[in-house]
Amino acid sequence: MAAVTTSAATPAPREKARTGPRTTPQQKAGWGIGNFVVIALALIPVLWMVSLSFKTPAAILDPSFLPKSWTWSNYTQILQTSQFIRPLINSIGIGLIATLIAVVLASMAAYAIARLAFPGKSVLIGMSLLIAMFPQIALVTPMFNIERSLGLFNTWPGLIIPYVAFGLPLGIYTLSAFFREIPWELEKAAKMDGATPFQAFTKVIAPLAAPGMVTTAILVFLFCWNEFLFAISFTSTTASRTAPASIAYFSGSSVFTVPTGPISAAAVVITIPIIIFVLFFQRRIVAGLTSGAVKG
Amino acid sequence: MSVETTAGTQAVPQTSGKVKKVPLSEGARAERNLGWMLCAPAVIVMIGVTAYPVVYAIILSLQRYNLELPQAVKFIGFSNYAAVLSSPYWWQALKVTVIITVFSVGITLVLGMLLALLMHRTLFGRGTVRTAALIPYGIVTVAAAYGWQYAWTPGQGYLSAAFGNSAPLTTEISSIIVIIVAEIWKTTPFMALLLLAGLSLVPDDLQKAAKVDGATAWQRFTRITLPLMKPAILVALLFRTLDSFRIFDNIFILTNGANNTGSVSVVGYDNLFNALNLGIGSTISILIFICVAIIAFAFIKGFGTAAPGSDIGKR
Repeated sequence: MAAVTTSAATPAPREKARTGPRTTPQQKAGWGIGNFVVIALALIPVLWMVSLSFKTPAAILDPSFLPKSWTWSNYTQILQTSQFIRPLINSIGIGLIATLIAVVLASMAAYAIARLAFPGKSVLIGMSLLIAMFPQIALVTPMFNIERSLGLFNTWPGLIIPYVAFGLPLGIYTLSAFFREIPWELEKAAKMDGATPFQAFTKVIAPLAAPGMVTTAILVFLFCWNEFLFAISFTSTTASRTAPASIAYFSGSSVFTVPTGPISAAAVVITIPIIIFVLFFQRRIVAGLTSGAVKG
Repeated sequence: MSVETTAGTQAVPQTSGKVKKVPLSEGARAERNLGWMLCAPAVIVMIGVTAYPVVYAIILSLQRYNLELPQAVKFIGFSNYAAVLSSPYWWQALKVTVIITVFSVGITLVLGMLLALLMHRTLFGRGTVRTAALIPYGIVTVAAAYGWQYAWTPGQGYLSAAFGNSAPLTTEISSIIVIIVAEIWKTTPFMALLLLAGLSLVPDDLQKAAKVDGATAWQRFTRITLPLMKPAILVALLFRTLDSFRIFDNIFILTNGANNTGSVSVVGYDNLFNALNLGIGSTISILIFICVAIIAFAFIKGFGTAAPGSDIGKR
């Protein structure tokens, strides 16, 4: 905090730095190599799955990276059946609803934790840590019974509720870290100008906190999209089974031959929404949290 | 520090004095109520979903409870704990879990920091790098694990072919290495994303000022970036360690615990769903939880990781 105000108060070095040396071709090449390595490492295993998904059953028994003969049959096989389409819809719907609820609730709690004095705060913190740490396996058996008695078993809310509960500690933890770094002088200024604490939250702090909330939303959504243990334990049909659980059912469907092609095709299909999602949001992830607020 | 002084001079002196003497002034009461109101929904959801199952898991762990012998359910105190703690399977699983956690988290921290710096500072193609780096994190663990499994299957996978038609998933140590690699590939973007959040809080002005003063890139990294990022690093480390300790999906697909590669979670799952032993399965779950609690305690007390809201003094 002290550092922030100091640097904001002394703009002189910033001016100097602007006239500093330009980037050399060597630096450019260095960053270029770094970029290339990251992109290659990230994509090769994905491309391998894409390649597998286009291989014919015979070609799958050939270790070459690219298929020698291409086929769409793995895709037509999985996309013709509601056994995969419906889980895909479930995954998107359940993930989006759970994320929205978790981020809204976590933002409220994280704001209170970061900013307000009230008794019971440390209990709340301890409780979220406890939940973040708890091995999900331990919850599966009792929750299975609870969900069946409440009629939540094999429904969307049956997965949304536990996803919200497990997204919340991550959200509260991440967001309160973000919120602590926000320049709260602005809130004090707003309050001095006559804003209520609630107005200070919605008009001043929420816009500043938005990048942190987007980041948190991405983390929570990907958690929901990835989750496997609950998805396979609390569902029994495609009415609420999510995509990862349905892939596991592919592999269980034939005992003697592993359905490598269809599994790879399904893996590629459930990766596409993530790529779109990340493409759409990645710019906002790192949008300067306080840019313009402190640096002025 | 400077914030507090400015706030002190800006605030009306009377009010701050009033708050100190009478704890429940109008403002303080409103603040307390708002705090409770804002936290209530999150608290209700978290308690509702976890409190009863947690208590139930503890109760189950104190019972002899095999689903195949429902008549024989009986309270047996801590016998399940004695049985698990004297079993070599538990200690082998714990060893595997600790090895996987230490190596995957350690390597992920270094790679995640490099990736975060690259995503933060690279001169061109920033969007492409970020998108590419986030893909491994986004991919469903189960799907990625199938990819690794096929890649390491002799006669079928490119990695197996590249390493002399090897079959690493058939022996203990090489299996664990494959599992660690799969974990690192999957979780480095998560680490980088959290570190990037911390990195974006490091003011550019400071970096530029230090550069003008002649600090090298390494000095700027160790003297400015790292200290300012410490909270973000510790939070990221804590989350990755806790998560890695519960490792399940990757092992489940890659080896399913064959050749002594099962983690504590895999052993717990086997006892719960394959042996149908709810008592032993719940005991293992509670023991995992205790291990994880020790790790978290060490982070928060030992390394000073900030629990949310713990640094109220900062206000």
